[in-house]
Amino acid sequence: MIGLSHYLILSGVLFSVGLVGVLRRKNLLMLFFATEIMLNAVNIAFAAISSHYHDMAGQMFAFFVIAVAASEVAVGLGLLVVLYKKYGTLDLDAYTVMRG
Amino acid sequence: MITIAFYFFAVLITLLFLVTVMSKNVLYAMTSLAAGMVLISGLFFILGADFLGAVQLIVYVGAVMALYSFAMMFFDMSKDVKEKNGSAATVFVLGGAIALMLVLVFSAPIIGQGASALYPGAVGATNPQAVGLVLFTKYLVPFEVAAVMLLVAMIAGIVLAGKKMDLSLSTTEEEPADEIQGGEK
Repeated sequence: MIGLSHYLILSGVLFSVGLVGVLRRKNLLMLFFATEIMLNAVNIAFAAISSHYHDMAGQMFAFFVIAVAASEVAVGLGLLVVLYKKYGTLDLDAYTVMRG
Repeated sequence: MITIAFYFFAVLITLLFLVTVMSKNVLYAMTSLAAGMVLISGLFFILGADFLGAVQLIVYVGAVMALYSFAMMFFDMSKDVKEKNGSAATVFVLGGAIALMLVLVFSAPIIGQGASALYPGAVGATNPQAVGLVLFTKYLVPFEVAAVMLLVAMIAGIVLAGKKMDLSLSTTEEEPADEIQGGEK
């Protein structure tokens, strides 16, 4: 039978995948994808805990996480477009302005 | 049956997100991310959070992924992404260690004291009804604040992706901006 721990382990694994992506990626768009993975992993944990305790608060938090993710994507992609127009690339190494 | 569905979804989601993290091609990464989000909504349906699953489908797969694919028209994504990476083993050990630490930190209060339901679901109500009952009574103020936040995000997106924004933000190098502007007209 599938219990709460199964979902929490899956959520932890997916969060680690997203974290590895954040640590590993140098392209800004790929970093956005990795943050989306981490947000989704947390949403799975919220939904599983909400279902386990028969409590609606977990699903509410998941809704607000989705709202925050949507606005983060809207603002972040606008910033990415501006950065790409200015530098012509999305590579993080190209944005270093301090020499040292 | 639920067991089979859970393991099916779990394995597929993990594999697809690994493709997202590891792939050098942005289009592959975005497609596998969208597919993983569809499967995550399947997990929500298994958990009985029907409304959350529908919202996940509409917002993530519908809106966020469409936004990514529209933004990709601004970027040159036909080439593979070249990234200068350090040691991969260091990244994996660091990622695993940080994730383990986060799990321990967040599970410590759960182990310490028994948790109980703060807002139990309404008896005899379907999931969307229960969601609405809690969302529009207990969480009304956060709901309104989230609405204002979405409005601010919409205005920010319009302003940032507007045509004149690169002219006012960039003062030194205008050549790539001019090419893009010329291509749009």
